[in-house]
Order: sequence, then structure tokens, then C-alpha cells
Amino acid sequence: MNWGSLSEFVAMKGYGLYVWGSYGVTAALMLLEPWLARRHRQAALRDAATTSAEDPT
Amino acid sequence: MNRPTRWTTFAAPSRFFGLAAALNPWLWAVAGLLTVAGLYVGFFVAPTDATQSEAYRIIFIHVPAAWMSMLLYLALAFWAGLGWILNVRMASTLARAIAPTGALFTFIALWTGAFWGKPTWGTWWAWDARMTSELILLFLYLGYIALVTSIDDMVRGDKAGALLAIVGSVNVPIIYFSVRWWNTLHQGATVSLTAAPKMAQTMLLAMLLMTFAFWAYAFAVVFTRAQALALERDRDADWVRQLSQASREPR
Repeated sequence: MNWGSLSEFVAMKGYGLYVWGSYGVTAALMLLEPWLARRHRQAALRDAATTSAEDPT
Repeated sequence: MNRPTRWTTFAAPSRFFGLAAALNPWLWAVAGLLTVAGLYVGFFVAPTDATQSEAYRIIFIHVPAAWMSMLLYLALAFWAGLGWILNVRMASTLARAIAPTGALFTFIALWTGAFWGKPTWGTWWAWDARMTSELILLFLYLGYIALVTSIDDMVRGDKAGALLAIVGSVNVPIIYFSVRWWNTLHQGATVSLTAAPKMAQTMLLAMLLMTFAFWAYAFAVVFTRAQALALERDRDADWVRQLSQASREPR
């Protein structure tokens, strides 16, 4: 175990800004991208549904 | 649906859509579990580095992201090229689906590199061969996306994109070998296929776990985007009509 307390963990021996600045941005982007991709797929499915409703051939 | 499965089976967008739908929950589960395991080993098992203290822990996302940025570019060029040569539109669609994820990992590699360079080298950025060629990779991804989305004729867009992707793939070995060919501020390879890794076992384990997590993530998100693009592209096809009607029916 590397850390005695939560504050030690957050501080990262003075490198907190760099470690969490890296991990924070990475996590944010890797949560955002799947959310956007799923929204894209839902929109595509919805668009296809309206197209086929207008043109029921 | 009793046709035999061949290597060309999933070139049919409807079959690809079904395959992606079946695999995606598993890919997300694998990505999640490996991320948890990788972060646990990376932060709680791997020891503090003797020279870089805790700043080195950025390696657990920096190196996997950089590997993915190069691997995804080669995958993009491969599928774009295959789509062009064999006239398979699902392959071209897959190439289009890979591009944003590749750009994302390239950006993450550059961003985490800057946040690692500042405390260890004293600078966010240097125009050395490794960093400059990785920045060019980001521009190649963005250029590919801009090119294929700006051409309304999908097939022409696919071909133009494939040409750009294949020519641009020359950059990938330049990135990979840049630390060997030039004198760079960036350090040499920590892990190679031919020599024993120059790092502690637990550090290596955390890095590999995060690499496979990113890999599963990339598959899952690319499949999701490929599904969306296939739906858009085939909006008048029967399989899309059936799918969209099924999605509107009350359950």
C-alpha cells in the first residue's frame, strides 16, 4: 500500500496536478465519447424510423 | 438465416450490425473490469518510482493511449484500403468509425505527455521527433475526418479518405522509431518485443491491463459508431426499416 491517507493519495507527493490533470481529462473524454456514439446511433435509428413512416412502401 | 458464416459474412451491414450488438455488452464489461484492475495495480500495488516519484504513474494511460493511437491508424488505413480495393462499403464505414476514436487517443497521448513532461523535463512541449510526429498523426486523423465528411458522394469520400489514410500511414513507423532514429527529449522504448522490459513487474502489469482495457474500449465505441454510420448509410434498406420499426413498437 502506497498511501497512508486520502490526502496523501490526492497530493501524489506534490505531483497531484500532473497526475490528476492527466487522469481527469482522460476519464472525461473516455466517458464523453461513448455517450456521443450511443446518441449518434439512437438518432440514426430514429431518423430511419421517420423516413420509413413517411414512405411506407 | 441458415447461411453459412464466411469471412465475408460480416461485410453485409445488417450482419455486422447484429455482430456488434452481440459483442458490445461484453466489450464494455471487459473494458470496465480491466480498467478497475489496471487502476488498482497502478495506484495501490506498483511502488513509487525511485527517480520520478509519483509523476511516473501517468505512464499507465500515456503509453496505452499512444499505442492505441498508432494501432488504430493502421486499422483505419487497412479497412479504408480494403474497402477501396474490394469495393466493400462496410469496410469503408468501419474506417470512418475508427477515425474519431483514433484522434481521441492521439489527443490523450499528447495531453498526458504534456502533463508528464512538465514535472520531469520542465516543459509542457518540445518540438522533438516523437512529439512532432505524434502531433502530425492527430492532424492526419482530423484531415481524414474533414475529408470524408466534406464529400457528399459517400463512395468518392471513401476513396479519397483511403488514399489519405494509406499515404499517411508512413507516419506510424516514423513515430515508433523516432526515439531510435533521432536524438529526442522523449525517452526510448520502455517495453519492446526483443528485450526484457526495463520496469518493475507490477508497473508493467498495470500498463498492460490498461492497454487491454483501452483496446476493449476502442472496439466497443468503434462498433457503436459503425452501427450508427451503417444505419445512416443504409437508411432506405430493408434491414434498417425492419430495425427501426422494431424499435418503435411498444415492448
